[in-house]
Amino acid sequence: MSDEILQKKYRSKRKNAYATKIILGIVLLLITALMVVPFLWMLSASIKSNREVFMMDPFLWIPKLPKWDNYFKIWTKIPLLKFVENTVILTFIVTLLQLLTSSFAAYSFAKLEFRNKNILFLAYIATIAMPWQVYMVPQFIMMRSMGLNDKLLAMICLQAFSAFGVFMMKQFYEGIPNDLCEAARIDGMNEYRIYAKIMLPLSKPALSTLTIFTFVNTWNDYLGPLIYLKTETKKTIQLGLRMFIGQYSSEYGLIMAGSVVSLIPVIIVFLFLQKYFVEGVASTGLKG
Amino acid sequence: MNEKKAAQVKKLEADAAILMQLIREENDIQTKQKLIAKRDSVQRKATTIKNNRLLSREAKRELIAYSFIAPNFIGFAIFTLVPVLLAFALAFMNWDGSNAITFAGFENFKRLAKDTFFGAALKNTIIYVIGTVPLTLIAALALAIVLNQKIKARGFFRTVSFFPYVASLVAITSVWSMIFHPSKGPVNYLLLTVFGVPQQDLPKWFSGNLVLLTLILFSVWKYMGYYMVIYLAGLQGISAELYEAGGLDGANAWQKFRYITWPQLRSTTFFVVVMLTINCFKVYDIAVMLAGGGDGKLSNSATVLVYYIYQNAFNYWKLGYSSAIAMILFLMVLVITIIQFRYEKKLNA
Repeated sequence: MSDEILQKKYRSKRKNAYATKIILGIVLLLITALMVVPFLWMLSASIKSNREVFMMDPFLWIPKLPKWDNYFKIWTKIPLLKFVENTVILTFIVTLLQLLTSSFAAYSFAKLEFRNKNILFLAYIATIAMPWQVYMVPQFIMMRSMGLNDKLLAMICLQAFSAFGVFMMKQFYEGIPNDLCEAARIDGMNEYRIYAKIMLPLSKPALSTLTIFTFVNTWNDYLGPLIYLKTETKKTIQLGLRMFIGQYSSEYGLIMAGSVVSLIPVIIVFLFLQKYFVEGVASTGLKG
Repeated sequence: MNEKKAAQVKKLEADAAILMQLIREENDIQTKQKLIAKRDSVQRKATTIKNNRLLSREAKRELIAYSFIAPNFIGFAIFTLVPVLLAFALAFMNWDGSNAITFAGFENFKRLAKDTFFGAALKNTIIYVIGTVPLTLIAALALAIVLNQKIKARGFFRTVSFFPYVASLVAITSVWSMIFHPSKGPVNYLLLTVFGVPQQDLPKWFSGNLVLLTLILFSVWKYMGYYMVIYLAGLQGISAELYEAGGLDGANAWQKFRYITWPQLRSTTFFVVVMLTINCFKVYDIAVMLAGGGDGKLSNSATVLVYYIYQNAFNYWKLGYSSAIAMILFLMVLVITIIQFRYEKKLNA
């Protein structure tokens, strides 16, 4: 008797679990569609003619005659290669400087003792809560008086020394036991060796996370380059693409082809580093 | 040379002795500690000179610590701290960037109070923040909870939901403006054919009253993946035992969320809300790219604070006026951050 009831209960529980799974599956499918459809639309439109882009009846994802031509034309309509080159140089240098200098400074804040440590760190923290847009104007005036207007170097100075990077790396280093450094000190390692041989190899997740953030932000930045870079040959890909949209607003296929090109590098970097990503966010105290 | 050194050492040692005397006589503990520190530093100096070293061990240690910080801090001080200080000063000045600076006092702020375009920008920014913060929070948390379940291809789904965050704004806004194109876009096409909305009533997504809603929806879509990852990290910090205990007590899924997940995530939520608010107040590119048309000009219905800062600075060269707007922006962010910190503290107490 009671066996039967238990069995029934068990069966209904299994049914319930089954139903939950199906609902979960549907939800996931919807979310994925929401996230991915705009990108698929972009890919699809990038090989269409202007007329085909908005032909909905019936909507074809791949046109009968794909216009691969769009991907060649876009390089000649605007100096896209120059834009890509500028952006690659900028992003590469900024990311490298950011990783090096902030992990360096963070080591000191997390593991060494010195005077004025708290005041210095407070200076970093205070500016995290301050939007860059608040001081972008005096910053520009200052850079201009230093002769950095219209130079990629200005963009590098602007983005390479963020408070965010130092904060993030410091949080991560604080999670590494002090004993590790003490043991190394007793073994006669100096601080620079400890940083290079012990801390850096341990900080892969944090460094990957910081790389993703810095790379994405620098590659996609629009307002910064808009203020500083005026000459066409110095512009970044975001500015160039925006300029193209302004000039040829009805060349839908070409706009989409350019957009796809501008996305590829970021997506590649992200896919390479994403396996460390959640772990990185978790261990850098970004979760609060 | 050696005589000079000996004299120095003698003098330092004498100083230390005097300090020692003072320490014995002093009763106040705080002053005593200060004196002890002073005596130690004097004694250290003496040993350094005695041992013929250029720097004492402590000084060397400090120098090493500073050498780690210097590369970042020098760049940070020049390119961030100095402009931040200048921004405060500039808000009380009049300057066109080339002629002489004049002091303006509160004049810029008084003029702001009467400026209708500023009023529109302020109102739109606040509406945008109020709409975006809670929606993004809910979407990100829901997404994180779903993607924290044990499901097949979890990594794939996580990666996919991060795509919008990674994608460049210029590229992805051009897709949105095509998909939501008022006359040709597929969204309005669906509304027309499937839902039977009459042609003249089709929504104009990028102008008039609707534009703020479009901006909000776009931001939620673009940034939820980022906050999802933060929540995901927070969720992984909750111990499974809590859920097991809840299950034994007969808690259902909602109760588990209400009484375990939500309270456990409080510090994460606090962080997310602070970051979201700061990030929402600086909205600019989204508005310009979605609602600005080819020339990127924003009308009253879509203008935001940062747009007006930019315009005043780089189109009209009213640097003081522009900095005054920036100060308003900063004050709002500051006040909201402080309120949130207070609230968090009160909950913790």
